[in-house]
Amino acid sequence: MTKITEVPSPFCGIGTDDLVIQVDGVSIKVAENGCTVNTPAFEQAITDTKPRVDGKEVSLEQAIGRASELLKIANQPVIGGCATDVNGMRALMALADRNGAVVDNMNFTGAKRNFLAMQDSGWMNTTLAEIKNRCDLFIVVGCDLEAFSPQFYDRYLWNKESMFLKDTSKREVIYIGKAPSGKASTSPKKTKAQVLECADTDLPEVMAVLRALVKGQLVLVEQVAGIRVANLQKVADKLKKATYSVVTWAAGALDFSQAELTVQMLCEMVKDVNASGVRCSGFPLGGKEGDQTANQVCGWQTGYPARMRFSSDIPEYDPFLYDINVMFANGEADAFLWVQSFNTSAVPPHGGKIPTIVVARSGMVFEEEPEVFIPVGTPGIDHSGHAYRLDNVVAIRLKKLRDSGLPSTAEVLTAIEQGLVN
Amino acid sequence: MLTKLTGGIVYDPANKVNGKQKDIYIKDGKIVNKPRNAEPDKEYNIKGKVVMAGAIDLHTHIGGGKGNIARMLMPENHRIDPVAHTDIRRAGTGHAMPSTFVTGYRYAEMGYTAAFEPAVLPVNARQAHMELGDVPMLDKGGYVLMGSDDYFLRLMTAKKDQQAINDYVAWTIRAAQGVGIKVVNPGGINAFKFNQRQLDLDEKNIHYNVTPRDILKSLATAIKELGIKHPLHVHGSNLGVPGNVQTTLDSIAGVDGLPVHLTHVQFHSYGTEGDFKFSSGAAQIAESINKNKNMSVDVGQIMFGQTVTASGDNQRQYANHGIASPNKWVCMDIECDAGCGLVPFKYRDQNFVNALQWTIGLEIFLLVDDPWRIFLTTDHPNGAPFSSYPHLIRLLMDKSFRNDMLATIHPEAQKMTTLASIEREYSMQEIAILTRAGAAKITGLVGRGALGKDDWADITVYTENENREKMFEKPDYVFKNGELVVKDGEIVKTVWGTTHVVRPEYDKSVEKDLKKYFDKYMTMKMGNFTISDDEITEDGRGSITVHPTVGEKV
Repeated sequence: MTKITEVPSPFCGIGTDDLVIQVDGVSIKVAENGCTVNTPAFEQAITDTKPRVDGKEVSLEQAIGRASELLKIANQPVIGGCATDVNGMRALMALADRNGAVVDNMNFTGAKRNFLAMQDSGWMNTTLAEIKNRCDLFIVVGCDLEAFSPQFYDRYLWNKESMFLKDTSKREVIYIGKAPSGKASTSPKKTKAQVLECADTDLPEVMAVLRALVKGQLVLVEQVAGIRVANLQKVADKLKKATYSVVTWAAGALDFSQAELTVQMLCEMVKDVNASGVRCSGFPLGGKEGDQTANQVCGWQTGYPARMRFSSDIPEYDPFLYDINVMFANGEADAFLWVQSFNTSAVPPHGGKIPTIVVARSGMVFEEEPEVFIPVGTPGIDHSGHAYRLDNVVAIRLKKLRDSGLPSTAEVLTAIEQGLVN
Repeated sequence: MLTKLTGGIVYDPANKVNGKQKDIYIKDGKIVNKPRNAEPDKEYNIKGKVVMAGAIDLHTHIGGGKGNIARMLMPENHRIDPVAHTDIRRAGTGHAMPSTFVTGYRYAEMGYTAAFEPAVLPVNARQAHMELGDVPMLDKGGYVLMGSDDYFLRLMTAKKDQQAINDYVAWTIRAAQGVGIKVVNPGGINAFKFNQRQLDLDEKNIHYNVTPRDILKSLATAIKELGIKHPLHVHGSNLGVPGNVQTTLDSIAGVDGLPVHLTHVQFHSYGTEGDFKFSSGAAQIAESINKNKNMSVDVGQIMFGQTVTASGDNQRQYANHGIASPNKWVCMDIECDAGCGLVPFKYRDQNFVNALQWTIGLEIFLLVDDPWRIFLTTDHPNGAPFSSYPHLIRLLMDKSFRNDMLATIHPEAQKMTTLASIEREYSMQEIAILTRAGAAKITGLVGRGALGKDDWADITVYTENENREKMFEKPDYVFKNGELVVKDGEIVKTVWGTTHVVRPEYDKSVEKDLKKYFDKYMTMKMGNFTISDDEITEDGRGSITVHPTVGEKV
């Protein structure tokens, strides 16, 4: 049995890198610092190691050969999931480029809300270490943060020591929208977060009023979506008095029509607070299952985030048209590759009656067996690699923890690409 | 394999060869003397063509987090410049902030064989190296950004001795795999986090009680004492502020003769004279550079058109967000390490300020005497995309062209500049110094930027043309490590360059305190912060070249 310390996690999005892992053959135990997200993700056993074609076990070469054939004859192949490490994503992009494929990250429908806002007006954001050391007012909009990240509060707000705050337990937490599902946001001194609760779909209105108040505009109504305007006024006042306030949201959780406008409202409000003479930053949550990684790599290789296509030999970006689910519904795709190196429960969406190739973490179970299934190793467990955490600045170096013999996503996708040439 | 380039006119300032007809022999990637008993396997007849070493860009933002934000921010700017996939090239997009592959291709197609990313945040260095790892054709390297990181400022406040600073600088440059150290708005990025919206050279950070002048001196001393060949790379205080010429002159005086490189000095050479309270400080800056032999500069020339400014200097970028065009911008505070700011910008020839910025850059180029201490940059993409270099070279080499251009800009700017009266035209040899020999020397590269025996065969061959823009935008041949990679201005083979680094020695005990600091305040472990060699080399394309520090044997 081997014990490995300071192990980084690609699963939780917050870049936890202090896990202590025990490895016994191919079995893994999180011995220290685990959580409800990381521990099961690391400990999941390897079940299948053999690729399958039409449900029958075949050699890796045969599976790769079949995948190449299916993609080669397709008129409009699409690649979904895109949940992998940096090298996996590099190989995916090379394959897509050669194959004229669509590239669509599985979390893009959520991330799109951020990209649309950012590409229209920009934002002012911060990162985890700044929050840990500076943040004195933390506002959570439309998101159950502890469900998203069980350790966020303990690690980044209720940390005992900070460089610039004498007493971190005095940090103030305010929720707007969803109420927290647990007590993680309650300070070590038992101060509960303030909650201004409303339905997600009321957030556009509530955030518009809050921004108006920050700008000092006259608001005539007394209530908005059940929240007293006087209470929102207090939030606005706090924002303008805080030393380093942070407003956080999860684009994926803002699941209503045109939520990008709410993201934009919130980002513009952050700018307004800065314009009023104090510091304030936004903090978008995400970073799970390689979504930041996909957008980063796609971004530097093509100039666009990860909903784009190579169908006309050039990169083209459209956050609406190249949604593979929309393409499936319109019958626009004729071959489908799903790449998911992290999460066996993230099965491919139903692509209709088109050939489906799945390159995924060992153990994925299908309702309908795909034409080709190639189980791969998990980055940060079966091979080394890189993954971005949620703040999009820090890439963590993933470690290899065991020898499972499973190929990496990069190896498999590169081999499929080579098959297109031959 | 032995390759011979026959009959070219060679400009190789490193070896004092100035326009001499000379054959060049290449074997195993390097330049060799004429072998006695061997016939070349391959010969290129380049009789009468101009031969230089591959060009080196010592300051260009081509890899790292802020650049990628700049890319994502500007989809409309990529749509106008798509680049298609071919059998030997990847698809991508160009313009102000091109994708990584297109960056490599376009640099190589202009005869460049190396480029240095000047703002590698230590905490984001992994990303910088991964992006640079996807830039083909070029050697690369990065200057590691320090001076606004809280650990450094804590050392300064605690009045730790220079040795402690040196150890931390050396540890950081090794952890981040850098080739130099850069400071951006010394302490200003940090001060912005404490809501200080500006920071003058002698103004104190309200938390740390440290001034930009203290920071400059401390870091420049560390570079010198550690023997790092590239001088402290300084993006000064008060970028873009009218009157900042005085800040720049004071900064030069403040480093007490220590070697310092002032980058994109055009943006730091502004006076406050005239009806618009904006004037050229180029003459004063050039005079100071001419006098102070410890100084070098790159210009950061602006060119008219759309670009996006990408900088670690979020304090100044925030101050300038009001002139974003189109009106969208990003600022970030980053990991108690630094920050970044992205502001799209359109330089207009009929805008007085922009027009004068254009003349200020050219004045600096023409008034600084020593070509070994001035370098050709647009601070890509901040002044203009790097693809405008051939046009810039023509402006420097061709007075009548320069004056024709001058006649088209804002009339008040024409009145405020001495440009028309400057006779100087850069010679071919001087261009070779600015873009090759000088750049290699100041970045501490061994075996690059020169065409002597044992130098790497990074070679560019041009056809002489009086229109220097046409000449420099399309070389006949480019060789990278002896391999033909560009023919008639088009990529014929994709290759991957090396990553240049330096590894100064330091006292390992510095890690004891650093480890505590990481455990207590940071969000990652010290061991996970450090970038290992295999991260750069494991893809089978990348490699690392370690250059000696001063006094160290090669």
